[in-house]
Amino acid sequence: MKRQLPFVLVFIFGLFMMFQYFVPHEISEWIYEFLLDWIVIIGIFALALGLWSLFRVSVDKIKMRKDNWGYSYITLAGLFVMVAFGFTHRVADAWGLYFIWILLSLLCLGSLMQLRAATNSRQKKMYFASALILLILSTLVAVFDDTWRFYFYTAEGLENSMFRAFFDYILLPILSTMFALLAFFIASAAYRAFRARNVLATLLLLAALLVMIRFNPWIQGDEAWASKASNWLMNVPNLAAQRAIVIGIGLGIVATALKVILGIERGYMGKG
Amino acid sequence: MPNIGVSISLLVIFGGLAWLLIRSISGREVDRRIIFVFIFVAVAAPLLFPITFQEKATSIVRDLFDRIEELPEGSHVLISFDFDPAMAPEVQPMANAISRHCLDKGHRVIFMSLWATGQSLMTTTLTNVILPEFPEKVDGRDYVNIGFKAGNEGVLNVIVSDFKKMFPTNVNGVPLDSMEIFEGIESCADLDFIVALGGGRPGPKEWVLFVGDPADVPIGVGVAAVVAPQLYPYYPQQVIGILGGIKGAAEYESELTHRRERFADMETPGLHMMGPQTLAHLVIMSFIIIGNIAFFRKKRSGSDSR
Repeated sequence: MKRQLPFVLVFIFGLFMMFQYFVPHEISEWIYEFLLDWIVIIGIFALALGLWSLFRVSVDKIKMRKDNWGYSYITLAGLFVMVAFGFTHRVADAWGLYFIWILLSLLCLGSLMQLRAATNSRQKKMYFASALILLILSTLVAVFDDTWRFYFYTAEGLENSMFRAFFDYILLPILSTMFALLAFFIASAAYRAFRARNVLATLLLLAALLVMIRFNPWIQGDEAWASKASNWLMNVPNLAAQRAIVIGIGLGIVATALKVILGIERGYMGKG
Repeated sequence: MPNIGVSISLLVIFGGLAWLLIRSISGREVDRRIIFVFIFVAVAAPLLFPITFQEKATSIVRDLFDRIEELPEGSHVLISFDFDPAMAPEVQPMANAISRHCLDKGHRVIFMSLWATGQSLMTTTLTNVILPEFPEKVDGRDYVNIGFKAGNEGVLNVIVSDFKKMFPTNVNGVPLDSMEIFEGIESCADLDFIVALGGGRPGPKEWVLFVGDPADVPIGVGVAAVVAPQLYPYYPQQVIGILGGIKGAAEYESELTHRRERFADMETPGLHMMGPQTLAHLVIMSFIIIGNIAFFRKKRSGSDSR
């Protein structure tokens, strides 16, 4: 039963979603929209699951003292700080003791992590005591400084200066840098890969050069020869290949969906 | 001073490339660290000593510009920020330019995001572009920020038939029903135009598949350069126009500055970034040529020795 119920559910809902597309009846549409609500709810749960998973993986890494476990503290601290600043009702510069509360809470979490990783009773007692003291202190600060109030319903917390600063001056440069590093590797890869070893490699090399020439500002508008050649490459060979890929993927999705609906493909249950 | 800087930079880059070319004639390969140094200088030099080029829009960009231009005043345009900070340097200039264009034309703009990170990038456009440049525009009447919603394609599947079911309020909790901008808007089918900005999933492709085609709403897209070729199959029937990477952003900015007087002196990050991109492309092309010369020299010397 434990294994058959998911198969039955997948079979019923899979078939329904497939056939409702061709049935423009009111009831069919109502059920379809009802199921779509479920998709969104599941999507939100997936976010929560992702957060929990990140937390568990980081905690386990610290507990087991795996390679680079120290970075997990930074991950957890970043997660907590972004959430704390994203939901707080504090705006502008009226922070009060909020930073102290954040610091105490972080130290408390750190102590709890160390408590989980502790190997002997002396260490356990020490970390338990420090976590307890820090928890009491952060609670006192929260109560007396009115730190408890959060924006859970609106996105006003996301407008506060600290959240924006973290986003603009930490996340944005880090992710942009990661993406920008591609330029170095692309240049190195282009040097090694684009060699006229045979006919196909030569065609690839010429196509790459033409498209790159098209992207420089000396080639203006659609009338230049490089634009025409590049547009032909994009609109004919590229389009043909992209369409083939899109149709291939589409057929692959249909085949996989049928296999899932009919219970042939069972990977989604965690078993092959 | 910038001209001297530019000249020295170009001299260093192309002098170095000439030296590598001479080395490659004797069949010697270039170490990857040397390539990295060249790319670094090619990108950094135009940032320190800006080189600005003129751009003329290609038809694929002009189609999108013209569509926004031709929409009657008061049309409802939805702009979706489906990207993250990694794509922001390429896509944010497009977002800013299109937002400016729409608001200047008197369209009513709905901002939303299918990516959690898109919410903050949307706020960046609102704070840095719309609030200072369009103080006369009113939130809730001329534009609205309805924020991020989790659920990917699920969100699109719902808003294609019922907008307020998925977004009952804006980001600040104000009901959409109470806003002038949403008068007569029940679903995406009531919108006049959609601009999907992004490059990942969900992104422009999903907008075409789940909203554009089923609801018969025209869609224009702005994407990171690496994604642009994947969208060509949808142009021009399902996608009105495509802005691909910095080049697309620069061409759009160029159209905006030339065709709308108000923006003649506006900030043009896309056009400014064309300098580093162009120089980096020239360096990459030079290395491809150098690599091939070295390859053929080695091949020839190999066959000679046999």
